[in-house]
Amino acid sequence: MNISESFLTALDSLLANKLRSVLTMLGVIIGVAAVIALLSIGNGVSDSITGEINAIGTNLIIITTDFDNSDGYQTLSQVDVDALSDPLRAPLLGDVAGIAQGNQEVISSGRSTNVTVAGITPNYFTIYNMTEFQGGDGLTQTDVDTRARVAVLGATAAEDLFPDEYAVGQSVKINGVSYEVVGVLAESGSAINNTDSNIYVPLSTAQSRLYTTRTRSGEKAVSSITAQAVSAEETDAALEQITEILRAEHGITYAADDDFSLISQGDLLETFNTITATLTAFLGAIAGISLVVGGIGIMNIMLVSVTERTREIGIRKAVGALKRDILIQFLLESIVLSLIGGLLGMTLGWLISLIAGNALDIPTVVDAGTVALATGFAAAVGLVFGIYPAWRAAGLRPIEALRYE
Amino acid sequence: MIHMRNITKSYEMGTQVVHALRGVDLDIAEGEFVAIMGPSGSGKSTLMNMLGCLDVPNSGTYTLDGEDVSQMSDDQQARVRNKRVGFVFQQFNLLPRTPALKQVALPLMYAGYGRSERLERAQEALRKVGLGERMDHKPDELSGGQQQRVAIARALAVSPSIILADEPTGALDSQTGTEILDLFEELNTQGITIIMITHDQEVADRAQRTIWIRDGVIVNEETNEHQ
Repeated sequence: MNISESFLTALDSLLANKLRSVLTMLGVIIGVAAVIALLSIGNGVSDSITGEINAIGTNLIIITTDFDNSDGYQTLSQVDVDALSDPLRAPLLGDVAGIAQGNQEVISSGRSTNVTVAGITPNYFTIYNMTEFQGGDGLTQTDVDTRARVAVLGATAAEDLFPDEYAVGQSVKINGVSYEVVGVLAESGSAINNTDSNIYVPLSTAQSRLYTTRTRSGEKAVSSITAQAVSAEETDAALEQITEILRAEHGITYAADDDFSLISQGDLLETFNTITATLTAFLGAIAGISLVVGGIGIMNIMLVSVTERTREIGIRKAVGALKRDILIQFLLESIVLSLIGGLLGMTLGWLISLIAGNALDIPTVVDAGTVALATGFAAAVGLVFGIYPAWRAAGLRPIEALRYE
Repeated sequence: MIHMRNITKSYEMGTQVVHALRGVDLDIAEGEFVAIMGPSGSGKSTLMNMLGCLDVPNSGTYTLDGEDVSQMSDDQQARVRNKRVGFVFQQFNLLPRTPALKQVALPLMYAGYGRSERLERAQEALRKVGLGERMDHKPDELSGGQQQRVAIARALAVSPSIILADEPTGALDSQTGTEILDLFEELNTQGITIIMITHDQEVADRAQRTIWIRDGVIVNEETNEHQ
């Protein structure tokens, strides 16, 4: 008997017991659906985080004070920004921006909101890809040079402060001083650095009116510096260059620790990817367990089925079925069960991931790898958990099987 | 064609050892219609299982068409059951929920016939037993006599030289039983050897020869005077 005949025989007997077949498949359906849904949601979350991190900017390196080694002082200042901006000293860096930021109560006519107010230089907007404006414009070098009392609002901040009015041209009060709104940024939707709810003022203005902290040497401090490496490949070298320049600027001796810390966009990406990959693997493993449970369900039903069909096996053997014929028939039954279950589970998992993707607003991805994994796993489950029942069936003595009541 | 010499078979039933056959010598020629009679527990069913290669003896030799069956492997015995012997059981032993045509095609499938030849031969066998109109009926849609006819068609499908029937009329009313026996007789006239087990003298009388078995040995045999 050839394999396609065996396959049809297996299909026949599965169709003869539709309810039992469906119930048996249920375990595999749920297992595979869970694997597909969880893996694709995990991949979706990972992709969306990667997307958000990449959307912040390109090859960014963020420098902050390391307060463990600074005796409580801010250590970064405009002097550092200028040093890092020098193309001769730091050829691997492009734009460099100093930022002085903190939380402030911001008041418009009749409304107030507590938001991050950041003092920045004009290149901040280009570094962070914030070049789209709902209205008005960004800050200019003149604004910085003249310590102008002007502000650019994030989309959410503008909505909060001026829900019914055109924000540009209005004024807001920050720390008791009025600022003219000169621009409102387009919505970015970024959840990572919350740019939508921020308010931006010139760095010089912020340093003289809001954040007047000085470094140990008396320079006006910045809370962070963002530098852009010239390319992704050069990021590591750029990190070294920054360390070298800042240590020199800060007069740090050979044995002493850095009084600043660096994190690159790549580091950030790697950290998040490690977390999401671990989570995805963890979820996949849990779903995998349900697949194994489904497989045990198949084995259970197949064993019951072998007992229940002992007489049938006896009849088949009496009319000439070889051991091999019976073995293959029962093995195929469990493989077909788990493969069909796998296909149905795949469809269900795909639907769940679509629905979940819509609900969570993430791009869920059912990729070929996931599908291959689930299908392979389902077939393997059928094979592994089908072998023992099939072997039991094939080993029955025809005379005893025929006598079985 | 059948030669059995000193066949013995014993089973363990729990702690007890049951000696079902204690040295059976039996010769059956091609084209015979033989009845094997005996009370229950006499070993007649065990003998039939030996004849049909469903079971192997503990000792003794059994040659079928010149081949020593007792030395065959499981798969070789399966081939004998498949190609040379057709079984008819008291309880019909049809597959549940399976239409008649597929039942009859089953041994043909294991014999390796292709799909179309299988259906052709199965249809022919069903027509031979008078069920040409009920090929798509499942066992629960057929009467006892019709089910037994399906079983006979299944036994005939691969054109075996021997049909082994274990109480073929045991589960049927006498009218239907007679029809089944008529069918056997007709098949016998076509040259098929028929060996039938029964405990009913009237049924046994339809055979050409009757063999009596008791306590695992053959005690008597006689050739029937036929009408």
